[in-house]
Parts: sequence; structure tokens; C-alpha cells
Amino acid sequence: MINILSLDYVVPGDDFTRAGEASSDVKRKLKQIGYEPDAIRRVAIAMYEGEINMVIHAGGGLVHVEIDPERVKMVLSDHGPGIRDVEMAMREGYSTAPDRVRALGFGAGMGLPNMKKYTDSMKIDTEIGKGTTLYMTVLAKSITIG
Amino acid sequence: MDRFFHSVTLDRDKCMGCTNCIKRCPTEAIRVRNGKARIISERCIDCGECIRVCPHHAKKARSDELSMIDNFEYKIALPAPTLYGQFNNLDDIDIVLTGLKDLGFDEVFEVSRSAELISEATRKLMQEGNLKKPVISSACPAVVRLIRVRFPDLCSHVLQLNSPMEMAARIAKQEAMKKTGLPRGKIGAFFITPCPAKVTAIKMPISCKKSEVDGAIAISDIFTKLTAKMEERKTTELLSHSGIIGVGWASSGGEASALLNDKYLAADGIDNVIRVLEELEDEKIRELDFVELNACSGGCVGGVLCVENAYVAKARLQRLRRYLPVSQNHLDGKIPNMMEWQKNLLFTPVLKLSDDMNEALRMMSEIDRICDELPGLDCGSCGAPTCRALAEDIVRGHAKKNQCIFIMREEIKNVAAALSSIGGSFSHSDKGGKDI
Repeated sequence: MINILSLDYVVPGDDFTRAGEASSDVKRKLKQIGYEPDAIRRVAIAMYEGEINMVIHAGGGLVHVEIDPERVKMVLSDHGPGIRDVEMAMREGYSTAPDRVRALGFGAGMGLPNMKKYTDSMKIDTEIGKGTTLYMTVLAKSITIG
Repeated sequence: MDRFFHSVTLDRDKCMGCTNCIKRCPTEAIRVRNGKARIISERCIDCGECIRVCPHHAKKARSDELSMIDNFEYKIALPAPTLYGQFNNLDDIDIVLTGLKDLGFDEVFEVSRSAELISEATRKLMQEGNLKKPVISSACPAVVRLIRVRFPDLCSHVLQLNSPMEMAARIAKQEAMKKTGLPRGKIGAFFITPCPAKVTAIKMPISCKKSEVDGAIAISDIFTKLTAKMEERKTTELLSHSGIIGVGWASSGGEASALLNDKYLAADGIDNVIRVLEELEDEKIRELDFVELNACSGGCVGGVLCVENAYVAKARLQRLRRYLPVSQNHLDGKIPNMMEWQKNLLFTPVLKLSDDMNEALRMMSEIDRICDELPGLDCGSCGAPTCRALAEDIVRGHAKKNQCIFIMREEIKNVAAALSSIGGSFSHSDKGGKDI
């Protein structure tokens, strides 16, 4: 029987200083489990970028993670404004982040491109005025190089 | 006996009496007398510029030996986040922290953690709106001391929250007392410091009567030992609990950007700091909420007790910060009392000419008069950094006008001319004389 570890997080939208805590927790748990180091790195980066996006652009949201021996599945959902132009957003360097977070190193416009690069599959469901949901999978043993 | 403790000292044997340090001191606190440099205690702000610029390594920073930790039963290391940027190829802060434990510390409490709490407290205070704008950061001890002696109007703008170093010591000791049951006196907290100003902040604090930090160990002193321990280690303990904000405090701009507010300025390097303070004093900068000032170029990473180039360290920290949570330390409700200063920052007019205004006016006219008689070259040969400084020294009674080489030359010329004219009158009358 395959064991699945299920984790749920609420990412608060009103406190930017809490951004990044959920992905940090997932990374810690994966390390403790002794998951594949390369997969841990890719999950950590992909989920971190997604979490930061949710805080900066969408006012927070929910994260659901499922870990089994073969893969890590992440679902990040929010009720934010939605992504106006997904194709533009996927371009490296394109960012709509406000100035006050750029000083901390954010807003380089690499979030979504990085998420695509580090995951084995990524799907974006977005609706203007309703919100966005991201589905990402990272395989434990992957052929794609992150 | 010195009322002032200074962590910047002189090794007289190495001092060659060159004029490098006197020209660079931002408060004109050094003079060369009898071929050796001398620091004027009241004026020194411990910025470390003289240490940086002395070509003979005669200027030194006083800090504590690592062996000092053995005086305490329970030893806590308080590493400045600057430390993390000193290592090549480091991708995990825990390696540094575990290495510190291997050096003999029982526990490590990152100063970047308390920095995040201070950032949160500052954000709260700024939102409440009762602070005088622009608020000036108080984390750099050299800057606070500079403001205290030279910028009376700005004293009330200085943020009166304890430094991350001080807070780290307090929190760590509290937790250690609970954990070990030991009394406070047996627990030692030691700051791993990038600069001498922090040593002074411990021995002669402004914000409180007595610092909770028991000693400051220079990064340059433990670097080799620590690297050796880090290289030996195959595994690490999970010790780090800091975020982007905390680690960012080590670089110029880190403290200010943590306020999540656009209206700030971050300046580094003592010359730039002075320029900004003068503009603030003249009320030329109005639209800012916060001003971060660092005496060292680059921020704390540029401290004189670091081993790595400031900008290389900055780049490394930028990489280390990437993918950390924004902040891992949060306040539990309101700002705790132990975070606030115990007394207000008071202007200490050590640069004043006299307590009596009349006398001060007279002295000022004298200084102006003497200054006009000096060559105006600021060559430093007299041992003072500028002609004006020598004029002031003369009026204060600490120097003589013929210390100036050019004045001395004039005097010798006059004496030679007088001698030759007297000599001339002798040879004239001896024309008809006989040898005896």
C-alpha cells in the first residue's frame, strides 16, 4: 500500500512577512523523510515562487501538498484578481510586483518561468475577477534537469 | 582617567607619524604629536576609518579573545549575519552555525532573528505615526555617536529601539535561563562582530545602563578556526531560523527595505553618512519616512573586522537569502519593554569651544584670525588634519603656531635675515682691526 502524506496550508495575504513559511515547512518535512535531494530542491523552489506570488498578487490563498514515494503534487489556489495575460506572465523578466517588495529581491519576473522549469508538469487555471489555481508535479526521479 | 572607552587603539611602535589617519578621521579626532598619532577621546566615534587607512597597521581594534567564553558555564554565540557572507561556496547557513557550536559554544542565537523582530516593531511604530520623520536608524553605533556629538537637532529622530545584537542577547539569555535553570550571571552571550564600534556599544552602551552582551569576538579572529570546523563537519544541526529580512540587515539597504515602505534612503560610508546628516539638518530632505545609515561602505559587510570584501560578501548573502521565507521571527502582540531604550539620546557638545557664549565668540574670532595667517594647504605636517583644526588647537591651548612648517620657515628666514644683517655690521667695523 502506498502511503501518501497530505499537507495543507493557509497562506495569509495580509502579512507579507509570513510569505515563504509554507514552502519552508514542506522543505523541512521532505528533508526529514529523506526524500530525493534534487526533488526537494525543485519542490522548494517551485512552491516558494508560487507562495510568494499568492501573497504579492492575490491576497493569500490555500496550498495543498500530496507526497508519495514517486512524486510530490502541489495545488496552489487563490481568490485573487486572476492572471490577465498568462503568456506575458510566463515570460522571463515580466513582473507586476510593487516596488516595496522589489527592494527585498522580488519582482525579477522569474517566478512563473522558474516554476515551469523546475517542475515536471504545471497547469494554470485562471479567471479574471475570480482567482487562480496552479497544479504542479515534481517527480522523485526525474529525467528533466531543473 | 578616560571617561570614554574606545575600541580603536594605537600601537605606538608601529606608528610612523604619517598623516594618513588624521586626514581620514571624520570627526578630526586624531593629531600627530612627537611623531606619533594620538586619538582625542571625546571626538572619536569608533567608526574604524583610521584602522582601514593606516598603511603600517598601527591602528587596531580591541575585541575579546575566543577563550573568554570559558569564564561562563553556558556559552551562547550571537553571530552577526555578516558572518554568513564570509565563506566561499556556502549554501547552507546551518554549516556556519553548527561550526560555531563545534568551537565550544553551547548554543547559537542568530542576530538576524532579533533583527526581524526589530523590523516588525519598527513597522508598527511607524504605522502608529508618533515618530518624528524621517526616522533615523540606530543600529550602527558609530552613526549614533556621530549624531550625538555633531547633530543636536537630529537626536530626536533616532529610532530608540535596541540593536539586534542587544535584543539577541536578551532573548537568548532568557530562553537559556529557562532551559538550564542557571542564573543570569553564569550565562555568557558573545557577539561575533564585524566591527569595533559594536565593541564600544557593549562596553559603553548608550541605549541602556549595561549591555547584556558579555563580549565581542572579531570575525577575523575566529575565521580560520571556524572554517576548519566547518570543513570537518559532514552533517549539520538544523539551527538557522532567519528569513530574507534578518539576513538582509548585513547589507546597506537591508534594514530599510524591511519596512515595506517606499519612502526611505540608505546611505553607507562615513563620508556619505555625514553628507546625508547635514542635508537632514538643513531640512533639505523632507519626503522620507526612514533613513538608514551605515558608517561602513556596503553596510556591516564592510566592517573592518571582516575577512571578505564587502561587495563579494553582499553578493553571497543575496544568494543565501534567495528562497528563504521573508521573515521567520514574529512579535507576539505589542512591542516588549526590553526592546526600548532606557533613556533618550542626549546631545553631548564635546566639540563646543566654551560653555560661556561670550568666550566662545571670542575664541571663534581668534580661530578665524589665526586661520587667515596660516598657509591654507591642509598638508597635515603640523599634526592636525587642516589649517583650521590647527587654529582651533592653538586657541584651545593645545598647539603653537610654529608647529606649522611654513610659519616655522618664515620665522627661520626672519631670524637668518636678522643674523646676517647683524653679521654684516660686524664685518664692516672690523675692516681695520688686527688679529689677536
